[in-house]
Amino acid sequence: MANSVINRSTLALERAGIRRRYPATTGIGKTGFWFISLAGYFFLWAPIVLLVVFSFNDARTVNSWHGFTFKWYENILTGAAGGEASFATDLMLSSLGNSLFVGFAATFISTLLGTMVALSLARGNYPGKRYIEGLLLLPVIIPEITQGVSLAMFFKIVFDFIEQSSGTRALPGFGTIIIGHVVFNISYVAVVVRARLADMNPRLEEAANDLGANGWQTFWRITFPLMIPGILAGALLAFTLSLDDFVVTFFLSGIGTTTLPVFVYGLLKVSVTPDINAISTLMLIISTVLIGISLLLQNRSLGRS
Amino acid sequence: MLKLRTILVLLVLLSGVGILVAQDDFVPPTADDIVWTCPEGFEGQTLNVFNWSTYIGETTVEDFERLCGVTVNYDTFEGNEAMVARLRQGNPGFDVTFANEYIIPTMLREELIMPINLDNIPNFVNIAERWRGLSFDPENEYSVPYLWGTTGIAYNVEKVGETITSWEQVYNYNGPVAWLNDSRSSLSVALKLLGFEPTSQNPDEIAQARDFLLQRSSNVVDIHDDDGQLMLERGEVDIVVEYSGDIYQLIATCECDTYSYVIPEEGGVADVASMLVPTGAQNPALAEVFMDYLLDPAVGAMIVNFTTYATPNQAAIDSGFIDPAILTNPATAPSEEALANMWFLADVGDAEQAYNDAWDEILILAGS
Repeated sequence: MANSVINRSTLALERAGIRRRYPATTGIGKTGFWFISLAGYFFLWAPIVLLVVFSFNDARTVNSWHGFTFKWYENILTGAAGGEASFATDLMLSSLGNSLFVGFAATFISTLLGTMVALSLARGNYPGKRYIEGLLLLPVIIPEITQGVSLAMFFKIVFDFIEQSSGTRALPGFGTIIIGHVVFNISYVAVVVRARLADMNPRLEEAANDLGANGWQTFWRITFPLMIPGILAGALLAFTLSLDDFVVTFFLSGIGTTTLPVFVYGLLKVSVTPDINAISTLMLIISTVLIGISLLLQNRSLGRS
Repeated sequence: MLKLRTILVLLVLLSGVGILVAQDDFVPPTADDIVWTCPEGFEGQTLNVFNWSTYIGETTVEDFERLCGVTVNYDTFEGNEAMVARLRQGNPGFDVTFANEYIIPTMLREELIMPINLDNIPNFVNIAERWRGLSFDPENEYSVPYLWGTTGIAYNVEKVGETITSWEQVYNYNGPVAWLNDSRSSLSVALKLLGFEPTSQNPDEIAQARDFLLQRSSNVVDIHDDDGQLMLERGEVDIVVEYSGDIYQLIATCECDTYSYVIPEEGGVADVASMLVPTGAQNPALAEVFMDYLLDPAVGAMIVNFTTYATPNQAAIDSGFIDPAILTNPATAPSEEALANMWFLADVGDAEQAYNDAWDEILILAGS
């Protein structure tokens, strides 16, 4: 019976509407798949679960359990509400503020630019388009340290030039960090939006043209609304990357621009405060929600087109 | 009300530092104990500090802001190398930075730091004689010592069953031992025991040090990456070579007499972080004022109470403002003999490669 199933052509099966049963989806294979995904998730999530658990630990150590407490969260919340918080908590909160500011600014600019790049690549037709498309992936591939150092050198040359020509001293700061983040974020946004545009049915735009809409009207009434899920997904991705970034941020930092990742690395010299576990847990929740929304938007957009 | 007090007591008891030592007679210093006064004429100015994240006292920055009427921007870096890499790209305006001894020659060579005028730092006299004019800056023209630590031996007293006083006891111990994955520090001990300079640049001597360690590596179960205190606490090893800063917490929080830390009589590696003024500082005068402030006895004591690192500030030690639990913890209070025999890791130039090669062999043959 099994032999005859395998011997019959797949095409005939498909025509008959019967899906071929692969050994991997039955018996041992099924258990194996289940086990692999379980192991994979354990590998990915066990350290994070540990972090969350220790954010409720009533001691500074991460090696043993000393009872349940909310005090690290209270610490953060009193600090955030402007109350008396410890020096470390204050420093952490101001760095979180910096991270959010950089994240929002970089996300806004890179989403704007990335969407325009994606549009030009998807709809435009000009010489060298293929090369631009290839180059777009460069910031995704090249190591972050290379990006950080080269950007820092670039700004140093530009600033030296400004100082020599105008006499004013230009300094790195939020401006340089945001530009640095935009540089790598554009690629991610463009790739996501481009994928969305590729999925879109071109006949919708053609239909609008046939019905007398000009290019501008077609864009705002048809193309743009259909792009929105892709744009939002790209923006969320950019925001997450921006919030996470350490290397580029550190090389382009100025005075008063310490972001949360830079602060956390700076704790290496002294013991890590459990506040960090608490704030990481809070950020984990926010990121999970953001990624959830992003996935939801992408799914919905796929379903619609 | 009673409940609130109970919670407060619990918080104090569990808050890490000085947990168990009865502190009935120790009152932590406050801003009122600071005798230092800010020189005139700095009001409204800004100071930009570049440091490890919480490598300073709990209220040090805000007290300084209040006493001088200035604004302090406190930015952080992750380590010496990252800090130097950042300054190489041009100093965006940092006035004070902190660095360990071994990287200071590099910073000097690359002109990343500026000379300091000790006349503006009268509290420099508070620094113990031992910590002045260190090998990397004999006249303290560029650096003022801030906090220090050591690399020594932490061990489980119950399992080892004897007091460790010598490196040979570690090498001959019949039980699991872990070394620290730090090429320069580990090889410098071997060089010292062989009678060479701990910072030798001679490839032959470095090779001998490698063989010396390999012959003594039979009890080594791991060459750890700075988590020796955890291995010791979990009981995976009885003896571990580790930085004092990591061992301090273990001894302070375990509520037991199980662990001890020692710098053997032959000596060990010391590290000292110094305060520096980076080239391109926007307010070097205020930077010197800040350094002077940090050397105030009460300020220095508050820094020690928060970071639990050892201080070169003798006036702070003598002031009684430092938590006795810190001053009696073997990780932060090495013996006089041990202190006298300590050495710093200096820049070894091209010999760095010989150290790395020797250490790679040890990692392969003795590690894991």
